[in-house]
Amino acid sequence: MACKLREFVQRVRACKTAAEEREVIAKESAAIRTAFKDDNPKRHRNLLKLMFMHMLGYPTHFGQMECVKLIAGNSFPEKKIGYLGFMLLLDEKQELLMLVTNSIKNDFNNANQFIVGVALCAFANLCSAEMASDLAAEVSKLLQHSNPYVRKKAALCCVKIVRKVPDFGESLLRPAITLLSDKHHGVLISAIKLCIVLCQTNSTLLEQMRKETSNLVEILKNLLTSEYRAEYDCSGISDPLLQIEILRLLRLLGKADADSSDIMSDVLAQVMTNTDARKVPGSAILYECVQTVVHIEATKGLRVLAINVLGHFLSNNDNNIRYVALNMLVKIVALDLQAIQRHRSIVMECLKDADLSIKKRALDLVYALATEDNVKALTKELLEFLMNSSRDLKQDLTMKICSVIQKFASSKLWYIQNMIHLISEAGEFVKSDSLYMLIVIISNTPKLHGYTVRLLYNMVGKWKNQESFALIAIWCIGEYGEMLVNHAGELEIEDPMTITEHEVLDTLEDIAAKSKESINIRVFLLVALLKLSSRYDTCTERIKDMIENYKHSSTLEVQQRAVEFSAIILKYSSIRKVLADRIPALNETVYESKRADGAVAALGPTVRVASPPLFSENHITAPTICTKLSSTDSVNLLDLSIDKEASGQTLDGFSMLQDLLNMDTRSSSKSSPYTGISDIDKNFTEDSKEHPSTSFGNEQFLEMYSAQGPMFPSIVALQTNRLKVLFNFSKPTNNPEITMIHATYLNCSSDLCTDLMLQAAVPKFLLLKLDPASGNILLPNANGTITQCLTVTNTLHGQKPLMMRIRVTCKVNGQEIVEQAQVENFPSGV
Amino acid sequence: MTIRFVLLVNKQGQTRLAQYYEYLTIEERRALEGEIVRKCLSRSDSQCSFIEHRNHKVVYRRYASLFFLVGVDGDENELAILEFIHCLVETMDRYFGNVCELDIMFHLEKAHFILEEMVMNGCVVEINKSNILTPIQLMDKNS
Repeated sequence: MACKLREFVQRVRACKTAAEEREVIAKESAAIRTAFKDDNPKRHRNLLKLMFMHMLGYPTHFGQMECVKLIAGNSFPEKKIGYLGFMLLLDEKQELLMLVTNSIKNDFNNANQFIVGVALCAFANLCSAEMASDLAAEVSKLLQHSNPYVRKKAALCCVKIVRKVPDFGESLLRPAITLLSDKHHGVLISAIKLCIVLCQTNSTLLEQMRKETSNLVEILKNLLTSEYRAEYDCSGISDPLLQIEILRLLRLLGKADADSSDIMSDVLAQVMTNTDARKVPGSAILYECVQTVVHIEATKGLRVLAINVLGHFLSNNDNNIRYVALNMLVKIVALDLQAIQRHRSIVMECLKDADLSIKKRALDLVYALATEDNVKALTKELLEFLMNSSRDLKQDLTMKICSVIQKFASSKLWYIQNMIHLISEAGEFVKSDSLYMLIVIISNTPKLHGYTVRLLYNMVGKWKNQESFALIAIWCIGEYGEMLVNHAGELEIEDPMTITEHEVLDTLEDIAAKSKESINIRVFLLVALLKLSSRYDTCTERIKDMIENYKHSSTLEVQQRAVEFSAIILKYSSIRKVLADRIPALNETVYESKRADGAVAALGPTVRVASPPLFSENHITAPTICTKLSSTDSVNLLDLSIDKEASGQTLDGFSMLQDLLNMDTRSSSKSSPYTGISDIDKNFTEDSKEHPSTSFGNEQFLEMYSAQGPMFPSIVALQTNRLKVLFNFSKPTNNPEITMIHATYLNCSSDLCTDLMLQAAVPKFLLLKLDPASGNILLPNANGTITQCLTVTNTLHGQKPLMMRIRVTCKVNGQEIVEQAQVENFPSGV
Repeated sequence: MTIRFVLLVNKQGQTRLAQYYEYLTIEERRALEGEIVRKCLSRSDSQCSFIEHRNHKVVYRRYASLFFLVGVDGDENELAILEFIHCLVETMDRYFGNVCELDIMFHLEKAHFILEEMVMNGCVVEINKSNILTPIQLMDKNS
């Protein structure tokens, strides 16, 4: 037997476990089903229980038919429950809706305003497109009903109708405008809602609605100035929701329309100056008003006033208000950077808020506020803030700081200083390509080598267990270690300091001791020690001993290096100096093109940001473009192998050195620095899965190490006012006949180039292989590059120099462009 | 600029009133309520009253043991929704006399009627308390 609602609720509440609750519900559902079958008169009571079950998330479909029956009945309380059940238990997609359409239609014509009201309410909440078409005429008739209770609900039903069937919009425009002169606030709110929807669906209706701008302004003005009316008062502000709705409609009307913007600007200024922001309703109105001002064609003064309102919000005690202000400022930052800039200090204060969501928004805003002028102060503040920030914000913060530094760096000194500080503080969150860029910049700035290495040395003392910082410091100490002791390139800003070679080694030992578990640091350390062994003449013995220590390392990686390096120190001291020489400056153009970047990288895979095509031999040689191979391919190939043997016989010191290096570079996939590095890279990729671009970090790090072969200056192979082609060269160390040419294409014009293709011709004694290019679309204004690798084998190496004729074809604005050039200025020795 | 749902939840995270203005299947509702309620309950008083969840923005306010949660779309005025919640609570207070969890459970339909007068089709239509309560009180008198 089914029980009363109160009993049922109590029984459910008494359940201790979910299983118990399910049991009670199942029992009651069964009872209700039987009751429905028996046509029990307590139908509406059972329906209430079903609503309760539905709220708890249990199936109640068997009650739907009962709702329909109740709606069709005559008793008002039952009808009311029927409609309520109908709204809760059914949805727009069910066919049952068809069954009630007629009952609703009848109820619309009922003399009782409450019956009409409840029918309208149900219609507004659950109305399918079909129902909307069927009943639109009835509903719009009700817009002129004598009772405001019915009018306001009918207006909201029209909102639904227009959303479902936009074609009805035109016929509803007149009635909607008429409703705007209604005195009842509920009707006004609904009418304005309807106007908003009409404006949104149809631009011609928007045009017509613009004529009502002054009318709306009048209504708003009355709200602001009219005498106190208790019934619509919210903490001293008259009907905030109505004011908000009017402001919303004004926003639509004033958008991109100077005339109506002009009409409303006075009242907007009035709202902003007169509304009391101390209470929530007042702030809500101000917030809406600011949104309206920034969207319409407002005067500069009005905008500044609006932004100042948000500025005041930021210093409000209520963090909800701070939240909306930050949210809004982030959205409009592009609109008036200058005006928002004035509130920067207070935004910085918000970074210290206890609420994480406020902090995050403040950070977004600070980031958006960064410009070339304020970047120095801003970065300083952010770095200070980073030291005390909680871990959950650190990652985001670090990436933002990193991006600011890279974007606005005005001098290399500043860039290096700040990047180093950032990495020492939160290196774990700095992406590997940013680390790589730092290294590139350092290696390309000989003037700052000394300063950088001394700065790193000083900071290593306060090392905060950031692996990437240790790696960079060790790398620099290895490369520029002698500058620590000889004061080379000292800057005015530095305090001169005297460091002995032994102190440097102490420091290195110290790091190694502190980072027992990191293989990467060990590996970097060994390389640094090898390099230092040729720079610190007084410490050769000590370095040797330090390296020896690692010969017993349980890590293969470390052990292998220790053995190899101590062999170099012991047995090959004649070549050690050459071996441990400083690596040549890394390719900065690659970095520059990357810097120009981010947005370009996001454009898609066709525009790959240049990365050194290090693994070109692994590229699948897709059908390459016209290579003028000599007709005697096989003969030349034979030639080549003979030469190879010949050169193999004349082993001198130099080629031995090359062999050593060769071992070092070629075995990269299995051993040596690279596995370590790819580990770092893996770590970073895991840290920042959302940044697919990190994958080139690895190649770049690799290049850093393998660039130890002979270096050649790069040349401009082709330069027109449209295109620029750069050639960089590298040579595999074991075969002087082969030259790898890394071509980089840049588009200097302001038009997009598509279908870019290179054709190259060489004389017979040369063999040419073209690898596929990294893309075929070049963005204008040198934004992004395409790279391509060309492999040339000179069968007459040493007798004849390289020469080549190239032709680049591309399409600009649909027209084919051909550029040609003869390339003869190859650097000597290639 | 519409309200997507209104939820009343107790401190234990049990739903006490749910009204959706957008169709979701019952499984989706359960999942959504579970996630949002967990997020809300774990927040401290010092945090702001807005959370973002999937594509919803939820404005919530706590009154004694009851949480009032309102899901809105992205461009809704959050502060206005806070005011609406406050108004809803005041109206319920006036009707039930200091509303508590049990009032709403035992008079589920009344709570719904109040909400129905205030929100239709996701739009706030009335915030005047006597306008809201007159039809309901009339009905009580007659039955």
